[in-house]
Amino acid sequence: MGNEMTRQEDLLIEVKDLCVHFRRKAEDVFSFKPSWLRAVDGVNFSIKKGETFGLVGESGSGKSTIGKAILRYHEPTSGEIFYDGTEIGHMKEKDLMPFRRKMQSIFQDPYSSLDPSRTVREIICEPMEIHRMYTPAERKERAAELLSVVGLKQEDLTKYPHEFSGGQRQRISIARALSVHPEFVVCDEPISALDVSLQAQIVNMLEDLQDSRGLTYLFISHQLQVVQKICDNIGVLYLGSMMEISSSEKLYGNPLHPYTKMLIASILPPDPKNQVLDDITADVGVQERAEHGCKFHNRCPWCTEKCKNETPALREAEPGHFVACWRY
Amino acid sequence: MNLEKETNSRQGENEILLEVKNLQVSFFTEAGEVRAVKDADFTVKKGEFFGIVGESGSGKSVATKSFLRLGPQNCRIKGGSIEFEGRDILKLDSEELRAIRGKDISIIFQDSLSALNPVYTIGSKLTEVILRHNQMTKQEGRKRAVELLTAVGITEPEKCMKSYPHELSGGMRQRVMIAMAMSSHPKMIIADEPTTALDVTIQAQILKLLKRLQKESGMSVVLITHDLGVVAQTCSRMAVMCGGYVVEEGTAEDIFYHPSHPYTQALIASMPKTGGGKFEQFLERDVSDNSGSLCPFLSRCKYACEECEKSLPGFAKISEGHISRCHKGGTISWEMK
Repeated sequence: MGNEMTRQEDLLIEVKDLCVHFRRKAEDVFSFKPSWLRAVDGVNFSIKKGETFGLVGESGSGKSTIGKAILRYHEPTSGEIFYDGTEIGHMKEKDLMPFRRKMQSIFQDPYSSLDPSRTVREIICEPMEIHRMYTPAERKERAAELLSVVGLKQEDLTKYPHEFSGGQRQRISIARALSVHPEFVVCDEPISALDVSLQAQIVNMLEDLQDSRGLTYLFISHQLQVVQKICDNIGVLYLGSMMEISSSEKLYGNPLHPYTKMLIASILPPDPKNQVLDDITADVGVQERAEHGCKFHNRCPWCTEKCKNETPALREAEPGHFVACWRY
Repeated sequence: MNLEKETNSRQGENEILLEVKNLQVSFFTEAGEVRAVKDADFTVKKGEFFGIVGESGSGKSVATKSFLRLGPQNCRIKGGSIEFEGRDILKLDSEELRAIRGKDISIIFQDSLSALNPVYTIGSKLTEVILRHNQMTKQEGRKRAVELLTAVGITEPEKCMKSYPHELSGGMRQRVMIAMAMSSHPKMIIADEPTTALDVTIQAQILKLLKRLQKESGMSVVLITHDLGVVAQTCSRMAVMCGGYVVEEGTAEDIFYHPSHPYTQALIASMPKTGGGKFEQFLERDVSDNSGSLCPFLSRCKYACEECEKSLPGFAKISEGHISRCHKGGTISWEMK
């Protein structure tokens, strides 16, 4: 991204023209021409060291795919991913090992992301075993230590995942991610599956850990209120394209892209005197992958002929505030 | 015309449609009895939007499903009464119950994909529901189905009639569910987390639709959710559930501006609000099932006193129509942050 203000060495993650396409089943049985789902389509952004970068968007916007591509769970179709200046997007698996240690992830579903046949100690020790860190005795000690960091009891070490509630399981996931001293953690909807009473706890814990360990987060969520609360910078995705990137305050104070405006307008404030439902346009259409033009044009209230034919690029509308829209 | 409707609904405002008293529901499992709903009281008035909020496991879904005596095999309603228009639902025989289910009280579920039968088209299912409750021919039924789909904001109703559930998006399916629930002109709709599985933009649309239909038809809606934003935007009155008990009931403004029960206060404080500051957090949910003879919030309550350790509090009246199940009833101050 063309932000000259930030020095190159301050960036931990830099994503350039990232594309991740998935091969789809051909619609026509007799066709040999493969059809591609462009889940991520030319996305650019960068994450500074020590910051929390948020990715928001509706389902199908490609936010999880980007997270997984950075972690190299998916190989990018094209484009580059830099980790601290090193290109990792197309790196060979054997060279990738040190980066796999530095990048960890916390997933949305705490029920399916923990192996049910292993005890908590085994779950937390596994990443250290894979990366050949510490001696077995030290690993055990570290597992116990990590468990107290995330606020669980020592006797929980020998329990199995099914004995825990959703919030506790998410704590185990966090302990597992921390076990190998990561620098960068991808939090893929870490609180969406949790009760409201637990969400605050997990978010606060993530923030405290960031302060004490200097972690950098990529925080993926569809809950705008939450993202606004904990992220420094936010990228808004729509159908695989970046629509707007800006600091959290600017994005909520002065959203530029019509899609961002629509997302913010659909936040329901917990205040019965502030009724917003009446202001919402009843029918804003559905997501549709258009071949040409701005991806949002079929739902946009300000759509023009130009929007239908030409794709706007992400440009700096005001300092540090990037938007991909012909209106700016 | 509009004015007439308004006065009509105003007259109906104080008529009670559903009155639930002292409801107790238990599950009988291998490990013994699990008391999901320990003591729930609700009153739903005619033509009102009533919300029930609570954490998962608070018994909100189980309580509302027992309004229609729906529940798995091992679930039993152990006590209390559910009066719908003066008739106790718990005393009806199965024929009478069938006449109420789907006709007077309809239900919208959270997961629309599993609530719709995958091997039938939307049209055939919707027509089936219409014909079940109305005396009309198949053609008339289909026509009515198309009308209903148009009313819930589906742009190509004819095409939708021929589609199978998996071909529609989540928002569309939820619209179909609403059309199905509306088909028999119900007096009450129970909406169990209708928007939880949907995107935020679609959520707002569905809630707007539900609110519009409720106003137009004058029915009552009971909305179950864990999202306080959803309740605040739709409901006029609401109840808060915790650990199988209703702990507070009142108008939405009462609850949001003058929450009296410590649980409600904690719940409202934990909502992410626009603006800075950290999340307010409250204690980990206590999953261990207490015997039910004490306040469900006791182990987490910062105001707990000796009296709380001894007995289960009854309802204290805070103001007209605003009740709270707390020994300190209304004395705990609350500041809106």
